[in-house]
Amino acid sequence: MSIEVFRIDDRLVHGQVVVGWGQPLALGFVVLVDNLVAESDWEQDLYRMGVPPEMSVHFESVDGALAHLAEYEGRPEHGLLLTGDIATMRALVERGAAIRHVNVGGLHHRAGRSPRLRYVFLDPAEEADLRAIADRGVAVDAQDVPAAHPVPLAELLAATGG
Amino acid sequence: MSDGPRAIVAAHGDLAEGLVSAVARVAGAEAAARLMPFSNASLGGAELANAMRQALASSGARVVFTDLPAGSCTIAARRMARELPGLAVVCGANLPMLLAFVMAQPHGPDTLALAVERGRSGIVVAEAGARVD
Repeated sequence: MSIEVFRIDDRLVHGQVVVGWGQPLALGFVVLVDNLVAESDWEQDLYRMGVPPEMSVHFESVDGALAHLAEYEGRPEHGLLLTGDIATMRALVERGAAIRHVNVGGLHHRAGRSPRLRYVFLDPAEEADLRAIADRGVAVDAQDVPAAHPVPLAELLAATGG
Repeated sequence: MSDGPRAIVAAHGDLAEGLVSAVARVAGAEAAARLMPFSNASLGGAELANAMRQALASSGARVVFTDLPAGSCTIAARRMARELPGLAVVCGANLPMLLAFVMAQPHGPDTLALAVERGRSGIVVAEAGARVD
């Protein structure tokens, strides 16, 4: 088994992750990579409460994730690695994490962002970050839930609909 | 009878609107006015918390009902409970629970516990039916 999905989602651990992806993939663990959450017991408790007992959540900084990624990849269960923003995923890719595919799962409306899909809004810096990830040979697409059609990066960046 | 929202119903998609609409059909518009529907649609984690903070401030509600324990609405509501001591957050809201909450007379310290109990007892297998594989 290994980490099946590398996902960018600004809601972090929530229904789509735990139920939408968690049940069809039989996820056994989630790795949440966020430098602020990794330093806060309270934030970790908040996200830990949201997962069912058969699923574990592990909290890592970017440095911690890079150090422990091979261990997570070797676990016997299916896993999902989660970042709350594109820059964090880009940092993982550029610092050597063996990531072949990135799922843009949810980046919602915020000042400065333009609508691309109903669940993806991007600002110019975020678009550049996604291109930089793709330039490393990583497949990037947008897909909120497994039953949805994956939208390739080129199509995502050309889209104008919210 | 109604003195404005006493609780926020926070849920995915249009569920909160639907639940509050159903409360209005069963208990009347005045009772339903005690509930403020709130959707997480198109909101990221930080924006969701901000929107819920504004909803709590504008309504004065001291209870948040949410749909899914693992959901973003619950995460946001728990953040608010940290900021607002005394705010109650109840996950798994359903129609019997909300009806018990809005119809309790008088509204007292046991109202929430009663509503939760009604919500739990409202989940029954009325007919076992055939096995579904």
